[in-house]
Amino acid sequence: MTAAEKNNHRRKRLDSLFGILGLLATCVGLITLAALIVQLAADGAGRLTATFFTSFPSRFAGQAGILSAWVGTCLIMFVTALAAVPMGVAAGAYLEEYAPKNWLTGLIEINIANLAGVPSIVYGLMALGLFVYQLGLGQSILTAGLTLALLILPIVIVATRESIRAVPAGMREAALALGATKWQTTRDHVLPYSMGGILTGIIIALSRAIGETAPLITIGALTFIAFLPDAPVKPEFPFISFDWLMSPFTVMPIQMFNWVSRPQQEFHLNAAATGLVLMVMTLVMNGIAIYFRYRFRKRIKW
Amino acid sequence: MEANQAQAGYLAGKISLQASAAHLSMQKIRERIIEFAMFLCALSSIAITVGIVGILLTESWSFFKSVSIVDFLTDTQWTVLFENPHYGIMPLVAGTVVTSSVALLLALPVGTTIAIYLSEYANSRVKEVLKPILELLSAVPTVVFGYFALLFVTPILQKLLPELPGFNMLSAGVVIGIMIIPYVSSLSEDAMRAVPVTIREGSYAMGATRLQTALRVLFPSAFSGIASAYVLAFSRAVGETMVVAIAAGQQPNLTLNPMEGAATITAYIVQVSLGDLPHGSIAYQSIFAAGLTLMAMTLVFNIAGYLLRKRYREIY
Repeated sequence: MTAAEKNNHRRKRLDSLFGILGLLATCVGLITLAALIVQLAADGAGRLTATFFTSFPSRFAGQAGILSAWVGTCLIMFVTALAAVPMGVAAGAYLEEYAPKNWLTGLIEINIANLAGVPSIVYGLMALGLFVYQLGLGQSILTAGLTLALLILPIVIVATRESIRAVPAGMREAALALGATKWQTTRDHVLPYSMGGILTGIIIALSRAIGETAPLITIGALTFIAFLPDAPVKPEFPFISFDWLMSPFTVMPIQMFNWVSRPQQEFHLNAAATGLVLMVMTLVMNGIAIYFRYRFRKRIKW
Repeated sequence: MEANQAQAGYLAGKISLQASAAHLSMQKIRERIIEFAMFLCALSSIAITVGIVGILLTESWSFFKSVSIVDFLTDTQWTVLFENPHYGIMPLVAGTVVTSSVALLLALPVGTTIAIYLSEYANSRVKEVLKPILELLSAVPTVVFGYFALLFVTPILQKLLPELPGFNMLSAGVVIGIMIIPYVSSLSEDAMRAVPVTIREGSYAMGATRLQTALRVLFPSAFSGIASAYVLAFSRAVGETMVVAIAAGQQPNLTLNPMEGAATITAYIVQVSLGDLPHGSIAYQSIFAAGLTLMAMTLVFNIAGYLLRKRYREIY
């Protein structure tokens, strides 16, 4: 065997070895994910009864439930979506369709990229200083919803921009040639065509917001809440009430954190059950997002 | 008679022209208003940054009026809630550095290996399936990872290392490392895929193997994108809160030994926030000073990443 052949042999062997290494590395991630789900299911599935969803937290692990937590999560997600979606889509559409190329636009773009690296707990500190004390919104559902809205705003903006960028210029030019104004073009043509990608981004952003714990603890979420916020719909005039916005709150991740921090094993089971519910919600939302992305990519052929 | 009709027709035409001119200018105003509103939405991202920096600076300013910045940086104890308080941030910084070092030591090599595997070895079918599944790792709520670290990873590690305490930075760091793998692998893979195909083909044509192409051609060419992935992973590791708050313990501890438990900057903020601190007290202000330190750490890394990228940027 010549030296060149030996060298070839060695290179090829290293090459295949690395293939195996890559597969192993991928498995580290996949096995962890599987272990996580199995562990949660094994610990928590037994606690997942109907009463778990309809009971308040309690000193007795066996009677405790996540009623106030899931109601809090739903209300906060509602506020978050209402604030982040219109604002993020408008900002994304502005940056792609309207923005002139100047220093301000450049600054906004760099800034959005950098916000992705800001730790979420720092958003919580900002909300604590600004919303809770300076604006006087208190430790309320409104504050929590706005905090998470700011946190996911960059995700919505980036998703909007990416999917608007995929709309061919011909679409815009056709609309403009027929006399549509810029806003009419954006509203009636560009946004509808990019809806798939925008929706995917919104779902992924909300699935991230659902799991966020640290910023909500920072703004002063309570860990033990044995009542529900004021109902948004009333039997008497004016039928709609916004008092719930100012109500104190807890959410599922915080309830889980509270239970996992206790030394008693029985509370850990409650934590696992809550974690299982959270995992299912996140996985379902991400699954929908992946499906959307796949479907819209297949269906739209320019 | 006919002249009259013509006159009337002329007038009607003139009026409708005026009306449509008015309609047009109304439409123009509406367009302007909409554009301005959208501009304000885009500006909101700057407002967030200004808000974050402003709040952190003003509250920290009040904090540093009562605590000297030299003590803050050199004192070796952080005992804000004790009777005889010490305000040395170093124990918290040490905790953050240890947990994120463990995390990065795991995530960077493993994530980069996965990126090379996905971009050079795996066929596109396999990649289509593996990439979204791996990305689920970063979608899992961090509090769930905290549970996993405390009640699954720590017991396993304790079997291997019998003297490991129940709260330790090793287990928290390992779990954070696994959590941030997708940030490294997906973004690096994107960057390597963006390298022009001719460069890759040139390497293969010279007889290089997949591994040689990946390490000697793609990695340097895609370094700018890979460095961004590393910086983002670092920011996530440093800012991670729930895993360390649950699994690493909440006792400030000036040590670089990952086998011990210690509070990180983020864990301290959570611990203080869970209690009911009066607004304006020094303990209240201390969490903003801690947050400012955290921001400073990520800022330094972001700038380092920016300089590295600029130095090694390849433009095609």
